[in-house]
Amino acid sequence: MSTFYFIAFLSIFFSILVITAKNPVHSILYLILTFFTFTIHYILMNAQFLAIVNFIVYMGAILVLFLYTLMLINLNKESEPRKSNLVNIAGFIGGTCFLITIVAALKAFKVSQPVILHDPNLGLVKNLGKILFNEYLLPFEVSSILLLSAMVGAVLLATKDPKTA
Amino acid sequence: MGLADIIIKLILVVIIFAISLVIAMYSTYAERKIAAFFQQRIGPNRAGPWGILQPLADGGKMFLKEEIIPANASKFLFIAGPSLAILTACIGTAVIPWGQSLTIGKYVIPLQVADINVGILYIFGVVSLGVYGVMIGGWASNNKYSLLGAIRAASQNISYEISMGLSIIALLMVTGTLSLKEIAEQQHGFWSHGWFTWNVFRQPLGFLLFIVCAFAETNRTPFDLPECETELVGGYHTEYSSMKLGFYLFAEYINMFVSGAVMATLYFGGYNFPFMHHLGLSDNLVAILGVIALFAKIFAFIFFFMWVRWTIPRFRYDQLMDLGWKVLIPLAIANIIITGLWITFVK
Amino acid sequence: MESLTNKRKVIESKPLNFWERAYLPAIIQGLSITMKHFWKKPVTISYPEQKREFSENFRGMHSLKRDENGKERCTACGLCALSCPAEAITMIAAERQKGEEHLYREEKYAAVYEINMLRCIFCGLCEEACPKEAIYLDGDIVPPDYLRKDFIYGKDKLVEAPLNQ
Repeated sequence: MSTFYFIAFLSIFFSILVITAKNPVHSILYLILTFFTFTIHYILMNAQFLAIVNFIVYMGAILVLFLYTLMLINLNKESEPRKSNLVNIAGFIGGTCFLITIVAALKAFKVSQPVILHDPNLGLVKNLGKILFNEYLLPFEVSSILLLSAMVGAVLLATKDPKTA
Repeated sequence: MGLADIIIKLILVVIIFAISLVIAMYSTYAERKIAAFFQQRIGPNRAGPWGILQPLADGGKMFLKEEIIPANASKFLFIAGPSLAILTACIGTAVIPWGQSLTIGKYVIPLQVADINVGILYIFGVVSLGVYGVMIGGWASNNKYSLLGAIRAASQNISYEISMGLSIIALLMVTGTLSLKEIAEQQHGFWSHGWFTWNVFRQPLGFLLFIVCAFAETNRTPFDLPECETELVGGYHTEYSSMKLGFYLFAEYINMFVSGAVMATLYFGGYNFPFMHHLGLSDNLVAILGVIALFAKIFAFIFFFMWVRWTIPRFRYDQLMDLGWKVLIPLAIANIIITGLWITFVK
Repeated sequence: MESLTNKRKVIESKPLNFWERAYLPAIIQGLSITMKHFWKKPVTISYPEQKREFSENFRGMHSLKRDENGKERCTACGLCALSCPAEAITMIAAERQKGEEHLYREEKYAAVYEINMLRCIFCGLCEEACPKEAIYLDGDIVPPDYLRKDFIYGKDKLVEAPLNQ
């Protein structure tokens, strides 16, 4: 349990650093560390497949792309756009709403029942695969179609319209 | 897990670490020698007999050179880059099954540091992490050539990881397991049930795709665009000097060793060799011979990496991307479909 | 236009066929070519231990010759210095004293004779100019050194060894 608290502390610590870091590249690097602690959480929960997929997809691919984009656009203080008053006010309102929600949620705070898995080995590849492709086949396929449509949309956005070009 | 097990594991870790470092060291020597032979030269021959001490001389030179950290570089990340590169290169060796278990007295020593049941995915994750060393180092140098090299490395690795993953999926459909140990065991011997047991004979196209992607992931010629001298001075390590540069170069050779080991394990039978149980030898002897066989396969792959390097010129960047996205990925998907059909209808 | 020679070749650029576009046959061909070279004998000559034979008209380090009786032939006429395009040769003449007839052939000889090997371009004009056949560029390659002053060769390095030794 102490491992969990240590790792949980690290996750929160790094995620705070993500939003406080001045340099966007540093903040991505902290985000990578945050995701790494998530991977450790998954391993602690014996969800090996999820852990490794989190490792490959989030740390290895998505954040590389984030970093790639940030390096390409080369953000620095000079190129940062001036925020107008309107944006500041909107941010203030949004932040206040979020704070109220969190306070309300804390008010309703109860010690939750820990989720007890019927099968502690659910996270292993074989069991996870069997469950995904038997019980949860429909949501699985639907989400894959969602991803496919997102991909097609991205390709459509990226290709130039021959008429306007 | 008793104390003895932990000690055995620790010894194994140290041995594997030492072996991979020594092999990486001598890969630099082998690279220069092999390059020389391909060009009908002699190669390094001054340090020791046949230049055998050349890696030590190179290492000494690397340590003694002046260490330069550019004034406007981000110092922490500048040092973190090469460290991360060599770290990710080294941890890949943890899941490779180096041989069958040895039995000494009452102890059974598995020649594998960690037999996790997602072994292939672990390798894959480590490989995908490897690009961070290059990216962080390239960005922290605060140099446009380094940055361009880093960006090239990132996009190249991401693009080729996809087809690498897809080619592995076809392999997994055949083997039905993610554990490298089990995959190696399935390829026991050389011939059974009327067909070769090695996966390369079941997944020839998959192997071809995998090896092309392995070249791209290790940044070896013809895909060494991140350090393309003609365009980017030195690429991501333009600003590096001394042992930090050495770490980057070293990481490349360790990566080569690890990818050779992975290819040997996944496709070429790992530690298995033909007729291994018809020779009438004791189990321990067979295990040791198996380790030797695995290393022979790895060296063959390292030689192949070098052979290709001194044969094929570098790709142009758009050709690289075209090859990755328009050729390898469709081929990998086709390979998956063919494998699926074969499993459903033939098996 | 009619071509002046019949050497011109019309190059057909046919579109690549499938196998040419597939890279692999070409790569295998290339690999086989490099493998052929792998087994060939290296053409390297490891220089300080082995030496390639010089051609007959190779011009190397100068030597000041002696005649058949072992007397120095040079008479310090200065024609070599005059002819030298790189102005590498200097000398100081001296008169032969009584009792030195066995050393110098003529009545005048070079007391100091220096060639700056860093200036010398090994053109051989000095040996062309010499009326006494005293200087020839028949030596070896000039060895490397660390200091500029060590490249100014005096008579100690230039004059041939005496006959009786």
